[in-house]
Amino acid sequence: MQLDAMYQEIILDHYRNPHHKGLRDPHNAEAHHINPTCGDEVTLRVTLTPASEGAELDEKAIISDVSYEGMGCSISQASTSVLTDLLIGRSVAEGMRTLDAFTEMMQSKGKGEPDEDVLEDAVAFVGVSQYPARIKCALLGWMAWKDAVSQSLDKEGA
Amino acid sequence: MSDRELGRPATGPLDTKAIREDFPILSRTVRAERPLVYLDSGATSQKPRQVLDAEREFYERHNAAVHRGAHQLAEEATDAYESARETIASFIGADSGEVVFTKNATEAVNLVAYAMSNAATADEGMRRFQVGPGDEIVVTEMEHHANLVPWQELCRRTGATLRWFPVTDQGRLDLSDLDELVNERTRLVAFAHQSNVLGTVNPVAPITARAREVGALVLLDACQSVPHMPVDVAELDVDFLAFSGHKMLGPNGIGVLWGRRELLAAMPPFISGGSMIGVVHMSHSTWADPPQRFEAGVPMAPQAVGLAAACDYLSKVGMDRVAAHEHELTEYALKQVGAIEGVRIVGPTEAVDRGGAVSFVVDDIHPHDLGQVLDDQGVEVRVGHHCAWPLHRKLGIVATTRASFYLYNTVEDVDALAEAIRAAQRFFGTRA
Repeated sequence: MQLDAMYQEIILDHYRNPHHKGLRDPHNAEAHHINPTCGDEVTLRVTLTPASEGAELDEKAIISDVSYEGMGCSISQASTSVLTDLLIGRSVAEGMRTLDAFTEMMQSKGKGEPDEDVLEDAVAFVGVSQYPARIKCALLGWMAWKDAVSQSLDKEGA
Repeated sequence: MSDRELGRPATGPLDTKAIREDFPILSRTVRAERPLVYLDSGATSQKPRQVLDAEREFYERHNAAVHRGAHQLAEEATDAYESARETIASFIGADSGEVVFTKNATEAVNLVAYAMSNAATADEGMRRFQVGPGDEIVVTEMEHHANLVPWQELCRRTGATLRWFPVTDQGRLDLSDLDELVNERTRLVAFAHQSNVLGTVNPVAPITARAREVGALVLLDACQSVPHMPVDVAELDVDFLAFSGHKMLGPNGIGVLWGRRELLAAMPPFISGGSMIGVVHMSHSTWADPPQRFEAGVPMAPQAVGLAAACDYLSKVGMDRVAAHEHELTEYALKQVGAIEGVRIVGPTEAVDRGGAVSFVVDDIHPHDLGQVLDDQGVEVRVGHHCAWPLHRKLGIVATTRASFYLYNTVEDVDALAEAIRAAQRFFGTRA
């Protein structure tokens, strides 16, 4: 069944038992993203720690927390859960590279050969990329994360 | 009568076996060689050969820009276009001069909204269509975005106020405040004849009667009614009626705005340009009479011909029989789908004043995930908010799954749907 390629066990596990779920404080920025075609939504907060004490928040800053609440399908919820596992503890620059790799995989129409070293559990979503209508579901949390991080860095610069 | 008897041509209202042979797409397979079970006609219907042939024949034999030129092809094309208008008008009990072709139903609604917007800055002669601060437009909470957003925009542009009828938990319109909601300040009431989510068929008469008392115009969104039941504009006593061709076996790219002759005659145009004019000078122009006034540019003649063929097809089957067939399917679906543990029907659970759009939620399975499993089984339904986001918010749900029926659907299709829902429950482990 083609479905099994899409709903890999890793995805269903994250859906049933999401990691790092719930909104937490303190946070640097929050983003609320909605998928207008289905109404699914996610509210996601990012907490960043400067790379060294007293330093500005920049690409070297560490993602100390990602917290979220959301309503949506298994793909959007699991993908956000996987995101928190992958990004918490990494630098913003590493996070952006992971985001790029994830986005590239999602646009691969199932033909991508994702780098498991970079994407870890997120490679499970390669099957979803065969279903154009679901790509937005998988990207929902990631786009919210990107938005929240940009906001955090903008605030710092302002 | 057993649940199965509908499937027998001898006992059901329609010979679905013969009908299905006219729709080539219904014999294809999807995904892993699954027979197609198409339950998304509320979004768009499939097209019979007769419609495809009519459109092809126009292109092959008569193609020319209509209402322009004096050569033979132009004459034939114009004749075909205007004959199509007559057929489509007669399908809804209207005169052909009252039928305006638009791109789709959304554009038909916008045509009225923008005509009112354009009238707002015109002289007193346009008073009937003018809205401004202190005036009210009334819609309902169950509207498709196409019959909501244009009115929000009209209010935003003119300073008028948007109000709406609430929806009850049973999925019916709450008319208890009818006399207050529709009052002397009301300029127009716009509502759906049949909800595209709930299937609810709304009571037109009391709303229209109240609108008449206060002198408000009435626009009916008939996208989900004209394809599925006999509709007669004279009986309905509304002022405007909008529907789309592609939901009633016709081609994409054509919709209809029906309007009362005297209203269309008094209304300013929405889109201006070629062929909607009377006389053009460098500094100003006059307008053509309706319906041409509202059909600027080279119109969609091949699609009009296709839509007329769709009307002929439906008339030949008989709209009362189409409605009876869908009623049986709806009753059957409400029973079969409603009986599945963990499934809740969203909308009236009895097939009374209710059409064949059956929306539901399944415990612990998001509609997108459910739709994916259904699709894997060949069952094609709509998932999401179905362009009725405020309705879903009101009902406290993010999204629903909708099965919608047409004359080519069968009880076996409903059985396939019910079985696919059970398969999804097994797949996601929510039921044994």
